[in-house]
Amino acid sequence: MATADELRELMRTEGAAVAENTQGFNEGRYRSVAELSDYEELKSEARAIKEDAIERLPELLDELTETVEENGGTVYLADDAADANDYIREVVADRDADRVVKSKSMTSEEIEVNDTLEADGVDVVETDLGEWVLQVADEAPSHIVAPAIHKSRESIAELFNEVFDPDEPLETAEELTRFAREKLGEKIVDAEVGLTGANFVTAESGTMALVTSEGNARKTVAATDTHVAVAGVEKVIPTVGDLHPFVELIGRSGTGQDITSYVSLLTPPVETPVVDFDDDETPLSEFDTDREFHLVLIDNGRMAMREDDQLRETLYCIRCSACANSCANFQSVGGHAFGGETYSGGIATGWEAGIEGLDVAAEFNDLCTGCSRCVNACPVEIDIPWINTVVRDRINREGDEPADWLVDGLTPDAEPDSPSLQKRFFGNFETVAKLGTATAPVSNWLASTGLSRKAMAWALDIDPRRELPSFERETFVDWARNRDSTVEDPQRRAVVYPDLYTNHVQVSRGKAAVKVLEALGVDVVVPAVASSGRAPLSQGMVATARTHAQRVTETLAPHVDDGRDVIVIEPSDHAMFQREYEKLLDEATFTDLAENSYEVFEYVYGLLENGAAVGQLPSGDDEALAYHSHCQQRTLGLEAHTVAVLEQCGYDVVTSDVECCGMAGSFGYKSDYYELSMDVGDRLREQLEANGVQDRRVVASGTSCLEQIDALLERHPSHPIELLAE
Amino acid sequence: MTESDSPFAASLDELGVTVTSTDRAGVPAAIDEAVVEPAVGVSPGEEFAHGDFPLAEAGIDLDPTPAALEAATTGVSVAELGIGDYGSLALTSTGDGSELVSLFVERHVALLHEDDIAPDMDEAVETLEKTLARTRGSTIIATGPSATADMGALVKGAHGPETVHVIVVEGGE
Repeated sequence: MATADELRELMRTEGAAVAENTQGFNEGRYRSVAELSDYEELKSEARAIKEDAIERLPELLDELTETVEENGGTVYLADDAADANDYIREVVADRDADRVVKSKSMTSEEIEVNDTLEADGVDVVETDLGEWVLQVADEAPSHIVAPAIHKSRESIAELFNEVFDPDEPLETAEELTRFAREKLGEKIVDAEVGLTGANFVTAESGTMALVTSEGNARKTVAATDTHVAVAGVEKVIPTVGDLHPFVELIGRSGTGQDITSYVSLLTPPVETPVVDFDDDETPLSEFDTDREFHLVLIDNGRMAMREDDQLRETLYCIRCSACANSCANFQSVGGHAFGGETYSGGIATGWEAGIEGLDVAAEFNDLCTGCSRCVNACPVEIDIPWINTVVRDRINREGDEPADWLVDGLTPDAEPDSPSLQKRFFGNFETVAKLGTATAPVSNWLASTGLSRKAMAWALDIDPRRELPSFERETFVDWARNRDSTVEDPQRRAVVYPDLYTNHVQVSRGKAAVKVLEALGVDVVVPAVASSGRAPLSQGMVATARTHAQRVTETLAPHVDDGRDVIVIEPSDHAMFQREYEKLLDEATFTDLAENSYEVFEYVYGLLENGAAVGQLPSGDDEALAYHSHCQQRTLGLEAHTVAVLEQCGYDVVTSDVECCGMAGSFGYKSDYYELSMDVGDRLREQLEANGVQDRRVVASGTSCLEQIDALLERHPSHPIELLAE
Repeated sequence: MTESDSPFAASLDELGVTVTSTDRAGVPAAIDEAVVEPAVGVSPGEEFAHGDFPLAEAGIDLDPTPAALEAATTGVSVAELGIGDYGSLALTSTGDGSELVSLFVERHVALLHEDDIAPDMDEAVETLEKTLARTRGSTIIATGPSATADMGALVKGAHGPETVHVIVVEGGE
């Protein structure tokens, strides 16, 4: 796991370049997919093709092998990296090759074939310009699509000028590109073997698709007489026709290009003449087109992932990088922190857990906060946060940190002796909050004293720079128990879910929600309900989260059966009901709750749409607001409802568009991540302090967003429901 | 010679690709205008539905030596398909080196029959699926010039051509 020092150093040295590039890709993605009228259908189609292909993988591999051999090539199915490397070095030795030119291939990096070939004295040349920069610099990729994303133009120029000492120092991107093109061009035409990856391989015709922009993959194949393609077994799909949704989605999802310059559909061995580029007598048509082709398909853990109900989805990944670019933490630290041996970004946890093992995944798994912004960005609809949660759970269970006396009493969880002390503390925050309320204001005073903060920093790694939540003496549930509904002839009947924070910390927003709902003719009850399980789930404590989910639905189900709607104020808990409970509960129990629960503004919006009078709510009188929605709320498509209601009430609203505030529940409290959390938060701060925004009152929907904004700004933010109850 | 206002032409325009339209008889003149010498080219293979453009009359070397190819500024070849909503070209690799001619040059001039423009990617991939299943050949879906952003800013002309020019040939055979 990266330490606070390592993260700080990465943010200092690489953060600016990584942030600029990833945010550029991410903005491009939004723009580009918006132009596709059938974007959602294409994603579902792509997903269905991969689901089917992985399901039928053994059969498709047989078909592909037969086809490639029929086409005149060879297929080698390698069990692991060593097996693949042995085969490739033999091909290169048989060809008596001095040089292998490579186009970009993550799978070839996974098996580290360069090292193997170089040990044999072969000159291995990366021809993708970004990969070549890293080869020259002897650095590792920091991004799966744009490997040198962490390097600025200036640092590349400095590198080239130092290593190559050109007559005129290189400076502009054009000069650097031209220089690299010429250098690499000479190497390509003299090479014997061309090594490529493959984005997709089709079983029916043996055609493979290579998605590139520079043209180096085309040259790598066209200029050599021996073509080796390296691909994971999961790249096989049935037909060329199945490529359609991927061709439309891959560039848009990754770097925000509608399509990359070249999508090569090669059915090797390709027919292009094998020429000697110095020959000035023989016309092209007189060269023969004899070319060797070897398709090396690599298992390396993938077939086991296919049998793993939780990791299987990882195999649908098309390595587009959307999950990296849309990730607020990745935007700050890049793949050198948020990555394993080969892969980086959100889905890397699945890849590294399956290929390298849990220990490698554990190195960076905690950097996923579960904010879910990558979920809608993924072109094959992989639930990436869920994979991260499952892997975190497995890491917890492998962990050897003993439970500690300090937290043991606070942690009535279903995971004895497994997750770290810190994870169990945050995972069992419900118990902490209950104690906090019972002992407020003493607990608040204790939490703010230097000594107990030091103890927390020592035992729990809670960063001393964070303010801790302050517990209310009277909970939301207690307050509601002691009052009667003000609604005599209710239009609807509802339960307001007393989430952990509303119940113990932000009680005022619960009261506000009740007041607003009653004003709109809703009869409201606030029963005592367990916390949603968001806290343990975010620590990878899946069994504990499941227990919470069961307790929540046991309490709420009778109310739902009785015709009450469930209103949720905290977006991260609403997202539990709408998304994660599907993984934790049986289908009927999940559906009953999901279909009958609403985020509070979604519900108010619905009431107003169905005839409730907005005049029952106080007017905003054109007051200017800045609204920061919540990451999980945005993933569920529920940002617009808050904005619409506030506008109907007469507010003038501008919204932030950062992917996440950086707090992400307990993440920003942890000492190791405090500075990263603030770095991510800084992007939100910039938007909230921009011209025209800097004087607006700030409202935000999420508890942790409110805490983060409170730390970032002079202005105190509030939950928007409190405005409607003023 | 006319400027086309089709969706295909609009897509090419967005990519910075020059497009001219002409009838069959105007092909040599259009090529003459589009190429920067020295120029080489290849005739289309037998697979092309609208293959027999009057390329020989354009005065370019249609079966160059590798050294002539290396020295050439422009490569002229035929595109099997155009893809309307992307401005893409399907460039099928032939045994006499169309891939080399369209790739190892600074400037690629592609000829395309107007009947071979598919409206969208869906239809284009469907057509390519049929062709590739039958021929077991190779096709590049090429969209605009080659490009890279790896050196700190977007640069056109990485390993492949920096400029692309499309000549759309109208009318019957």
